[in-house]
Amino acid sequence: MRYTETGYNLEIDLATGNIEKVETDPSLLETHLGGLGTSVKLHWDRVPPETKPFDPENLLVFSAGLFCGTPAFSANRTIISTISPQTNLLAYPMMGGFLAAELKQAGYDKVIFKNKSPKLVYIYINNDKVEIRDASHLKGKGAVETQELIRAELNEPRAQVSAIGLAGENRCFVASIEQSRSSASRGGAGAIMGDKNVKAIAVRGTKDLYLARGVEFMEIMQGVRDYYKYRNENPIPQVMTILSGIGSPQEMYHTDEKWHTESFAWGNARERRKNFWTKEIEEGWTDLQLKTVKRLISCYNCPQQCGGVINYPGVDPYMMKCFSKLTYAMAAWVDNLDFSFKICKDAFEYGVDSFSTPQILAFAVELYEAGIFTDKDFEGCPSDNEGRFFWLLEKLARREGIGDYLADGTYWAARRIAADRNDPRALEYDHNTTKKHEQMNIKLGMMDPLYFLMYGTNEKISITQIEGNWPQAPFPDKQDRIDFVKDWPQLPDEKFKKYFIDWEPRGEMANPYYPTAEIASEIVDWMEQVHNIDDALGMCSGLSGFCLKPPYHVHVYPKLISAATGVDIDEAGLKKIVNRNRNLHRAFNILRGMRRKDERPPEDHWKKRFPEIEEHLLDVYYKFKGWNNDGIPTKERFHELDLDYVYEELKKRGMYEDGQD
Amino acid sequence: MKMAKIKKKIKTIRVKADKCNGCRACEIVCSGFHASPKYDVINPARSRIQILTHRLQNIFFPVFAGEYTPAECMGREIYVIDEKEYEECAFCRATCPSRDLFKEPDSCLPLRCDMCEDDPPQKEPLCVQVCLNDVLTYEEREEEVEEEENVNLVEVGLRSLIDKHGFDTLVDTMVRMAEKG
Repeated sequence: MRYTETGYNLEIDLATGNIEKVETDPSLLETHLGGLGTSVKLHWDRVPPETKPFDPENLLVFSAGLFCGTPAFSANRTIISTISPQTNLLAYPMMGGFLAAELKQAGYDKVIFKNKSPKLVYIYINNDKVEIRDASHLKGKGAVETQELIRAELNEPRAQVSAIGLAGENRCFVASIEQSRSSASRGGAGAIMGDKNVKAIAVRGTKDLYLARGVEFMEIMQGVRDYYKYRNENPIPQVMTILSGIGSPQEMYHTDEKWHTESFAWGNARERRKNFWTKEIEEGWTDLQLKTVKRLISCYNCPQQCGGVINYPGVDPYMMKCFSKLTYAMAAWVDNLDFSFKICKDAFEYGVDSFSTPQILAFAVELYEAGIFTDKDFEGCPSDNEGRFFWLLEKLARREGIGDYLADGTYWAARRIAADRNDPRALEYDHNTTKKHEQMNIKLGMMDPLYFLMYGTNEKISITQIEGNWPQAPFPDKQDRIDFVKDWPQLPDEKFKKYFIDWEPRGEMANPYYPTAEIASEIVDWMEQVHNIDDALGMCSGLSGFCLKPPYHVHVYPKLISAATGVDIDEAGLKKIVNRNRNLHRAFNILRGMRRKDERPPEDHWKKRFPEIEEHLLDVYYKFKGWNNDGIPTKERFHELDLDYVYEELKKRGMYEDGQD
Repeated sequence: MKMAKIKKKIKTIRVKADKCNGCRACEIVCSGFHASPKYDVINPARSRIQILTHRLQNIFFPVFAGEYTPAECMGREIYVIDEKEYEECAFCRATCPSRDLFKEPDSCLPLRCDMCEDDPPQKEPLCVQVCLNDVLTYEEREEEVEEEENVNLVEVGLRSLIDKHGFDTLVDTMVRMAEKG
């Protein structure tokens, strides 16, 4: 009997059409938990480092998290993993929605795609019946539209469908995979799905999922739910509204956007507009949002309502969530929210990443203004900011004209344009990427040790999936800091309270000197760890790793895992498992060439940089993590994590210079 | 015959469908609570509450499992409420042959909401407890109803036949049917 997991993966060879239901090794639950953890293990075991993103051997894995389908609220993530066409590293974009639980109820933990289909297909999984179906009639259809068409075609309104749009079919490096109100965006998994000629996956499941000790699990969940209620009723007073609650940012609910619009950078992640949020803007935006968001909606088994049903005149209904409400408007320098509600529909149907894409479009505008792109490149493009973005977005999704550059993201586009046009100036406009991936549009003053490490070193390469449990900035008033730490049961250790109380906005106990490298390492390690647990369990980080004082944390997770799986895991044991997963992931990326030189936040992320402090931070952090000076886990570290076989592989492949293991 | 009036506790769940966010937590907990052993099996397809969902049409509509019926009804009407279209079936609680709603997925036996009255007694149904957006509200009220007389339904049927055909005809028919086996 398998508990919490189904114990089966679905393996689909797209070249031959062979479909197999394969029982998985039960011991993997104890070594890698599930979700991202067991997926990383799959990639490690099966995908050699020579594999390129668009090679048939690159696996595309859809994985439910371990807790998906259980009564643990907000456990609804589908973790998609594949070698990213943009970063050439193992990406793992995730989406909420409803697919993961449905997959578990159909009897599978993961769907593993290998090779490529000779023609466009979609997969229909209905419990034990799995079909590869022709999708030629869906070619070019929108990612949202396709979900409805497939449900109608199958006459199964309860099927959960995830699909790619035109951008995925055209192998755009920023292509997303859309599903219900969610999307798996970061890293271009949609391009790999398109390359494999899979338009969509539809799932209907009506099987049982088993818990080992169900009553005990529900008793622990009662405590989690009580805390959830408490947090909703008690927003954190010392921080701005958007950060004060739980859930992913409540962008469909909150209308006050002063913080995002004035603190984040507009255009191609360039400038802050410190007096943007006027009374007139506030009234106009609020009125429009309240009229347009018809209902707040949630993902599977989640009481939070981070999404919205959008009804905007002249635009077919669709769903929106999170920061996409603002990214296009800010990148395009458009001051009205109407533009957002219009262009997001196009973006979601094309299926593109709402973080990267707006920056890429703004990058194109900058190249045009600099004369690197010419009038001929922009022939037919409207001259107003809004029209220009609609035009550029379509070019990108279709890979038409300059869109073929843009579809590769700013890093690769800048290099290809510089080479093709013999104009190295293009390189300067790729200024906001780390490891070739567009970062959050934030430009700040003083280097921040915590964010330096998180931006630079994490395998996610996307800050919102790394940060969260620690406040973004120190509170100016010491009494506020003392009050804040009084009720902080999520901390892994009491000593963290002192770290926070001591942290000042200015002076010696402030950035960039404090938190010290040693303290920063401990704090970052803890935050990353929570996210790694979330990603193995399929938990939305909005109720865990991404927000302050969340209901799920390092002390409650082991109890829930033990009750659900019947495998008794304590806090140290859980920490070891997720460290194993993280180091295995890193080893996979190391074999693909990732090194210390790549671990840098964008150069202009902060105005004031401190090269010596930054090098020291990396030195200390690497040592703390058990990595050598080039960021490669050491022999000893691998041994502690029962990963000696990984060490042997790295050594065999010459990853260690003499004495550096 | 004059029936006695008695007080009966009426249990209802008020459904504010406009507040439903479609999360299906109610379906999950319902299936777990009615599993044996409790919560060791989760399967929303076994739930006695189902959220009818058409997200793009902004339809999120919780329905509870009601009576079993052996035959389809004639209801095929379309209702338009607040510019949203509902089939008549959307509002129906019946386990009926025309749809697979409210049937155990393996045996097809009908499911029926029992207000979580089985062991252990709950202060309110589980779906109400887990709905943190207050879509479902449990209400109890007392009503005076006529006491139902326990009647033998077979006797009621036979008496109606005797009334119509006479006692001898009925006996002759019964004997003939018995001889035929």
